[in-house]
Amino acid sequence: MSENNNWHLVATTSEVLVDEPKAVKIGEHNVAIYNVDGAYYATDDICTHEYASLCEGFIDGDIVECPLHAGQFYIPTGKAMSPPVTEDLRTFKVKVEGDDIFVEVT
Amino acid sequence: MSPHATYVVIGAGQAAGRAVEAMRGEGFEGRIVLVGTEDHLPYERPLLSKQLLTGEYEPERTYLHDQAFYDEHRIELRLGTSALDIDREARTVRLSDGDALRYDKLLLTTGARVRRLSSPGANLPGIHYLRDISDALAIRTHFAEGASLVIVGGGYVGLEAAAAAASRGCRVTVLEMAPLVMNRVVAPDVSRFYEAVHRDHGVDIRTGAAVEGFAGDDRVEAVLYGDGGSIPADFVVVGVGIEAEATLADTAGLPVDNGIVVDEYGRTEDSAIFAAGDVANHPNPLLGRRVRLESWQNAQNQAINTARAMCGKLEPYAEIPWFWSNQYDLNLQLVGLPETWDQLVVRGDMADHKFSVFYLADGRVVAANGVNSPRDVRVARMFMEQNICPDPAALSDPDTPLKSLLTS
Repeated sequence: MSENNNWHLVATTSEVLVDEPKAVKIGEHNVAIYNVDGAYYATDDICTHEYASLCEGFIDGDIVECPLHAGQFYIPTGKAMSPPVTEDLRTFKVKVEGDDIFVEVT
Repeated sequence: MSPHATYVVIGAGQAAGRAVEAMRGEGFEGRIVLVGTEDHLPYERPLLSKQLLTGEYEPERTYLHDQAFYDEHRIELRLGTSALDIDREARTVRLSDGDALRYDKLLLTTGARVRRLSSPGANLPGIHYLRDISDALAIRTHFAEGASLVIVGGGYVGLEAAAAAASRGCRVTVLEMAPLVMNRVVAPDVSRFYEAVHRDHGVDIRTGAAVEGFAGDDRVEAVLYGDGGSIPADFVVVGVGIEAEATLADTAGLPVDNGIVVDEYGRTEDSAIFAAGDVANHPNPLLGRRVRLESWQNAQNQAINTARAMCGKLEPYAEIPWFWSNQYDLNLQLVGLPETWDQLVVRGDMADHKFSVFYLADGRVVAANGVNSPRDVRVARMFMEQNICPDPAALSDPDTPLKSLLTS
């Protein structure tokens, strides 16, 4: 894999479905791994409004909608898109090597 | 939208907080004054019967925005202040602090008040209602290991309070007049599922139990129900519903009928006065009838829609009603307001505490309940919005992705 040890193997590509992101724990971080039509992204898994796992939420293309209050985030940048959410999600760098998905947490 | 115009909002709840945010979002530059009876900044009520009650949260965690938000957006807060009456000719609102505010446009987000019991002893100390932050704080002071709590009403509020109190060690009894808990809002199997879960947590649920009165000398000591039943109580929480707080509109001569009557843009018959949130009786084009909704979704989105209309951006408010209730580790979500249906389809296994129930009428999905299944409920909403008739067998099969049925 990689030269620095901030990269973490979190999943294989077959485990992350377009409509079902995968929740992983990296150290202290709850991270959501998404598959947007074959492109993989990672954000904080916990909504910035109330405590909820975004991996339980609804995926509409490149938007994830919180399962509790329907606040929407743009997956590639973590940007908060609609009420009640105002604070963006933290995003993480992702790389795919073969079937393995790695996420960088610094 | 003149930069010199004044928009006054009466009632400082969730709807008000979202409305003033949306006014600024639409570019309204004029004066905004928010008048509220409580001393708190606008907050979200769902937390009151959950995290605020258990003590996990303090009141500030329920606020929509902090003080800095209102300062930054030049929103004047007149908290701890009530509106006494509206002079529609002069376009002024008279306030309890003696002031009178002139408005160009007025938004009424006066919400709802609890329905109170009139049975004998109903005014004894120790009997609480749950609507405001102060109510939740008063109730939670009674929480103690072994304290006896009787809850009157097995709706969302009663059952959420039961879960919160049980988690804090109280001995809880719930009295529900109807044969089933959450009778008006969930399918019978879902009611029975929730009864069983509460019993597993040690909560004594008695259905078909009408409260006759309360006993006690200086404070409540027992709740009397049915034909001679009596349950000892250290304290009581009553959750038997709310009614629209439309007095201000009514005395101003605005049409009131189960709430303030507004159109799909939140306008009353007075072109300068609007209403939003729990108090607004509005047409829902997706359901084809008028509704007054007591929900978080409506308090946010119908209020935003109305605020935009005040700023000249007219779009009919049209959403499928959506509700939720959190009890223990269960997230219950509901969409739709089913009046009639001819088939209930269950997806998933109730024993897993993860399942959903779809209501079908002539093959169309008209409502759904989901327990720990928020995605199912979200897709059910799309079935309803798009008038889809999914195959019931596929609907009940957890291995068939619901999204794949959106094209049926």
